[in-house]
Amino acid sequence: MKFAVIVFPGSNCDLDMFHAIKDELGEEADYIFHDSESLDGYDAILLPGGFSYGDYLRTGSIARFSNVMKEIIKAADAGKPILGVCNGFQILLETGLLPGAMLRNENMKFICQDVQLKVQNNETLFTTGYENGEIITIPIAHGEGNYFCDTDTLKELKNNKQIVFSYEGVNPNGSIENIAGITNRKGNVLGMMPHPERAVDSLLGGADGLKLFKSIVKNWREANVIKA
Amino acid sequence: MYKVKVYVTLRESVLDPQGEAVKNALHSMNYGEVGSVRIGKYMELEIEKGSKEVEETVNEICSRLLSNPVIENYRYEIEECVAL
Repeated sequence: MKFAVIVFPGSNCDLDMFHAIKDELGEEADYIFHDSESLDGYDAILLPGGFSYGDYLRTGSIARFSNVMKEIIKAADAGKPILGVCNGFQILLETGLLPGAMLRNENMKFICQDVQLKVQNNETLFTTGYENGEIITIPIAHGEGNYFCDTDTLKELKNNKQIVFSYEGVNPNGSIENIAGITNRKGNVLGMMPHPERAVDSLLGGADGLKLFKSIVKNWREANVIKA
Repeated sequence: MYKVKVYVTLRESVLDPQGEAVKNALHSMNYGEVGSVRIGKYMELEIEKGSKEVEETVNEICSRLLSNPVIENYRYEIEECVAL
């Protein structure tokens, strides 16, 4: 399976993302620059964290108009798996591929720590490797992860089981309904503030994020690779 | 040429952690009379006369990039500048 790791000016989790795919999963990955005109040949797209365009104006608001985003919208419509982590999530919100918006953390602090997440929906192509209700530990590192949406959108998110991860125990940023990660309605676009790519090796503090990437690969194989 | 002033403010239903922090600072400075603080953005644009009405362009710019309609409102003032 071939992954595209999108690199914007100011991305800084692209190497971690690449490492997770290449070294931990043993799958193919390429860095794709923000002005790229084509994503042909890639089976999944990863939008890494960081501070694209210095977080100017609003987080993700300028990256949203990059050349490559047109291709990402096409890939989303075509049903390809798209994962946006942290700044990647913020970009997906600004693009409108996911509903809602990000506000500053309620306590106004940049928070960098491990958090506990609850898997709210293990029927997405990103989460079949987890148990429903499973509590996992994944690090966060953000100043604007306070997810916000209006009440109608929230109702829709709940009815369609689009809330995939929620903060368990302590809500670090004030997000509505403790939301940590959501999918689009179709379920092929996931945005999350916690960093699964930083939790892929128990030597480095934990491997609870690995199941997410393994789920993507497993589900893609089952759907696309003809069994001999 | 036109000089455009754009004001982007958070919608009323949206909590403003930055404004809250500033309000708390003001209270700690003994300005207890300050009831609330909301922080927004102010932008100045210079726009040449194009094929479209300037107001149409400004509305497009504001809704597509300068503000996020999920959490923000915008308003603007357009001044025509006389060339020297």
